Amino acid sequence: MDNSATLEAEVISERRTARSRRLRRALRPWLTPKVIGGGIIVLLLVIGGLSAPWIAPYDPNAQNLSQALRPPDWLFGANVFGTDALGRDILSRLFYGARISLVIAVMVVIISGVVGIALGAISGYFAGTTDFLIQKLVEVVWAFPPLLLAIAIMAFLGQGLENLILALVSQRWITYCRVSRGQALSLRSREFVDAARSLGARHTRIIVRHIMPNLLPSALVIGTFSMASAIISEAALSFLGLGVPPEIPTWGSMLADGRTYISTSWWLALFPGLCIFFTVLGINLLGDGLRDILDPRLKRSGSGIG
Amino acid sequence: MLRYLLGRIIATIPVVVLISLLVFLLIHAAPGDPADLLLSDEASAADIADARRRWGLDQPIYVQYLRFLANIASADLGTSFKYSDPVIGLIGERLPATIELAIASLLIAILIGIPLGVWAGAKPNSWADNLGSVLGFFGISMPSFWLGIMLILIVSGYFNWLPSSGRSTYGVGQGSDFYVIQSLLTGNLKTAWDGIKYIIMPAIALGTGMMGLVMRVTRSSVLEIISEDYVRTARAKGLDERTVLWRHVLRNALVPVITVVGLELGTLLSGSIIVETVFAWPGSGSLLIAAIQSRDYPLITGTVLTYTIAFVVINFAIDMLYALIDPRIRFG
Repeated sequence: MDNSATLEAEVISERRTARSRRLRRALRPWLTPKVIGGGIIVLLLVIGGLSAPWIAPYDPNAQNLSQALRPPDWLFGANVFGTDALGRDILSRLFYGARISLVIAVMVVIISGVVGIALGAISGYFAGTTDFLIQKLVEVVWAFPPLLLAIAIMAFLGQGLENLILALVSQRWITYCRVSRGQALSLRSREFVDAARSLGARHTRIIVRHIMPNLLPSALVIGTFSMASAIISEAALSFLGLGVPPEIPTWGSMLADGRTYISTSWWLALFPGLCIFFTVLGINLLGDGLRDILDPRLKRSGSGIG
Repeated sequence: MLRYLLGRIIATIPVVVLISLLVFLLIHAAPGDPADLLLSDEASAADIADARRRWGLDQPIYVQYLRFLANIASADLGTSFKYSDPVIGLIGERLPATIELAIASLLIAILIGIPLGVWAGAKPNSWADNLGSVLGFFGISMPSFWLGIMLILIVSGYFNWLPSSGRSTYGVGQGSDFYVIQSLLTGNLKTAWDGIKYIIMPAIALGTGMMGLVMRVTRSSVLEIISEDYVRTARAKGLDERTVLWRHVLRNALVPVITVVGLELGTLLSGSIIVETVFAWPGSGSLLIAAIQSRDYPLITGTVLTYTIAFVVINFAIDMLYALIDPRIRFG
């Protein structure tokens, strides 16, 4: 009785260790220093951004002119990272800035990915005239220097979240499109596509069910790099005063304030810049790590706007 | 070769036409009537009606586009609201400052990036390699405008070593000439040094990202070439390591580096818009931002078209350079 109980416990614990061993083995290729380091930074960003309303010590837009341009009080003071020219708390604005950067970057990456992969898959699958037309569009949009088309869109259409996302997507879908097209071109003559076609599947079904799933691993890698460049571009546009409306705190517009008060108040420029830098570094590390695992052959396609 | 060149020029024309179409559509997508946009706020209703007739805004849209295209083809980009001067002249005045900044940044990226990359590639996993890969990551992740601001903060603000904005102490060369290059050519070392003091920080801010990329590409290219048979042959001949590295490896490793430099020239071009704003550099990039702030639409349109067409020409020149370097491309 006693014996069988211990035996049973042993079997269960054996099974448990076996399961955790399997889990560890499955996870091992993913746990490279780059993925862990980058992942932690990205996780902190996501947590900071999501919980901004609860952890930010002040309202990011609460002005207090008597407290304007206060230097950082560090850990135990009222304004840990100091205040800006209108007396707004820098730390609170950084948390809210993380939110905006994150929301914009994620939306830009998803929209660019969907547009790019769909057009790339269509272009590669149908080939011929369709391919020619889509590739002509790619060529023309790509002929603009990076960021310039975004600047032009913001200049003509005006500030605002939708315009900003349109501006950031305007060239970012192209990398997905090019890579997807290349892969779709080789996939279209593979046996499983022939098989689907001979079973009477329509083009839409073949593209959505058979071609597009095969494009996802590369798209994931492109997506992380594209997210890093989207964060930098968004910050650059906000820095130039071409981002979201000024009442929304963003790291880029905070940096622009920092440039204005650079001779007196170093903290205005240092902290938002550090946030951008570490965020981009984290995402780039994660992307590099993912590429090593998922798609070692995919070469880095440009660094975005630096 | 001539035939290839002609073919490529002809293939570029539709792209330029489509670029102008895209910009034209963008102007028309702007909220409000182009006549309101293209006239200053003080214009009366009669002025607007007059302008609509004069610019042909009462015509069908394809006629309007053809006029727009004809104006571009005759290098007529309209008149700036703010300066009341022809746009093309305003841009021309500011371009040398931008080109000089781009050249300086390119020099920094190449003169530091390539040697570091060769070093890292020749000794993989050494401390030089690790340092290089850290620097490469920094270069890619650090936005140029923040690097610029930090340089101003530390080098100008704290140490007071270099000036933080503008192009020269004496007020000469406000954009309209190649200040440093001309001073060097005429042997005027004092003004050349003055110009260098002003250009060095913007050039570092703009060139660092590209430097990181050049380094990474050089490294991987050297790593690949160094295990080729002809490198072994060169070593077996008894050539010393330095000759092997610089004469046999680097020469062949440079082709992908040129590719990356070419691809990144566009990033450099648009990066210069932001860096010029940070350093109050009197180039065409800061002109564009000032034009956007004052809603000077003809100047915005003109600058965007100039930058894009310049980018197309640069890409074209790089393709030609390939055809010269690598004869396989001509027939490929």
